[in-house]
Amino acid sequence: MIVETPRDGERLPGTAGQTIGPFFGFGLPYEHDNLVAFPYSPGAIVLSGTVLDGAGAPIPDAMIEIWGADSDGTIPTARGSRRRSPSTFTGFGRCATNDDGRYEFWTRNPGAIGGKAPFFAVVLFSRGLPDKLHTRIYLPEDEAALAADPLLASLEPDERATLIATRTPDGWLQHDIRLQGEKETVFLAY
Amino acid sequence: MTDHTGHEDAQVQPTLPPPSIPEGAEAKAEAVAPERLIAAPDQVSQQRISEEIAEAHAEHERRVAAGERPARPTLLDFPAYRSSILRHPTKNPRLVDPETIELTSPAFGQRDVAAIEADLTLQHRGEPLGERIVVTGRIVDSWGRPVRNQLVEVWQANAAGRYIHQRDQHPAPLDPNFTGAGRTITDDDGWYRFITIKPGPYPWRNHVNAWRPAHIHFSLFGTAFTQRIITQMYFPGDPLFPLDPIYNSIPDQRDRDRLIATYDHDLTEPEFMLGYRWDIVLDGPNATWREPEGGEH
Repeated sequence: MIVETPRDGERLPGTAGQTIGPFFGFGLPYEHDNLVAFPYSPGAIVLSGTVLDGAGAPIPDAMIEIWGADSDGTIPTARGSRRRSPSTFTGFGRCATNDDGRYEFWTRNPGAIGGKAPFFAVVLFSRGLPDKLHTRIYLPEDEAALAADPLLASLEPDERATLIATRTPDGWLQHDIRLQGEKETVFLAY
Repeated sequence: MTDHTGHEDAQVQPTLPPPSIPEGAEAKAEAVAPERLIAAPDQVSQQRISEEIAEAHAEHERRVAAGERPARPTLLDFPAYRSSILRHPTKNPRLVDPETIELTSPAFGQRDVAAIEADLTLQHRGEPLGERIVVTGRIVDSWGRPVRNQLVEVWQANAAGRYIHQRDQHPAPLDPNFTGAGRTITDDDGWYRFITIKPGPYPWRNHVNAWRPAHIHFSLFGTAFTQRIITQMYFPGDPLFPLDPIYNSIPDQRDRDRLIATYDHDLTEPEFMLGYRWDIVLDGPNATWREPEGGEH
């Protein structure tokens, strides 16, 4: 397909997504892909969870990516997400789920941008999933900001709960993602 | 608990020289599922799958005729693709205004990718077998503006339709001179260019006698995180198109056509390789997408 430049006021139709399939393991994962922050460096936390299917079974061939602000709310512009340098925070991480459907990132708590409730922007791919899914993982602390968030405010309490991470006693974050079923995660379109 | 029996069998891997790239990818490839998860349990006929595809497309046409406008061109609920049955959300996605972080994108650059990674035929000592091709095109947003300096990743089967991934048990030969993964950074006008081998069609266990049309997986970043996509590029004239539930998870023929590369004789190089052109449009958020540069309208 060759795409011509659109005329004024026209929009080009977007290229459709397709499943990531079963064999991305040799093409997409890379060294330190899930180490957005250097482990145990100041401010570094673990964000982890399980990706589950409609039967409640873990999905061992999904891939999750996160993108978030630094702890002070600044949006990273540094390159180097594929060739990590321990001193550079790029805000982007990628993690293929393991045999138990688990993902795990070392990263930092994203800071608030413009006083709004901070969250990780998330995109998820999986074998068996025909296209990407977008969602958010909100930090649980700032209840006033969470209450003021337009998306969260539009949701029922049980839906809202699918978007807010749990803080562990270690100060880390735990968050499961359910593609289908009773506690199905809220996914987003823009 | 996960049954690891099949997993361990799957780890019996033909000996291969280590690929020069990608670094670290082999270790990560250990995260695999048991083989039994891959085969659909019902194993119906191709005719049955083709009927299900036709029904799903007809249902989509009825919905569009009734005024529904799906958020994306690909159907998430597409049971002809059997492994999607328990893995698609049942609720419609929630339409939201993107927040600041979602309107920006991770930044990649030349420091992330070596130039040689765009040539999948140079990753080993010898020449891979198969039909050498160049695949090139432009990545633009829906206004037609180039997506500059962004990461493009590809992965694919070899000329015989075999993936190097240890879960691929297709009894076609591996090619010791072909890994099948590459990456590049788009130039200032949004162009990417890969040299590779034309992948073969690939059998899978969605149903009896299921074959995927030859394809190259593409992973793309835009200028906004909302534009992130993974998709597949196909080759013109493939007889497997009407039979394939993954290709047909896109119900509109025009959207499917956009995934098919165009043969371009001007890209073909004499006595060296055939040329294909494939442009990609990264769809932006609709609600609050910023105005185009330069006062267009």
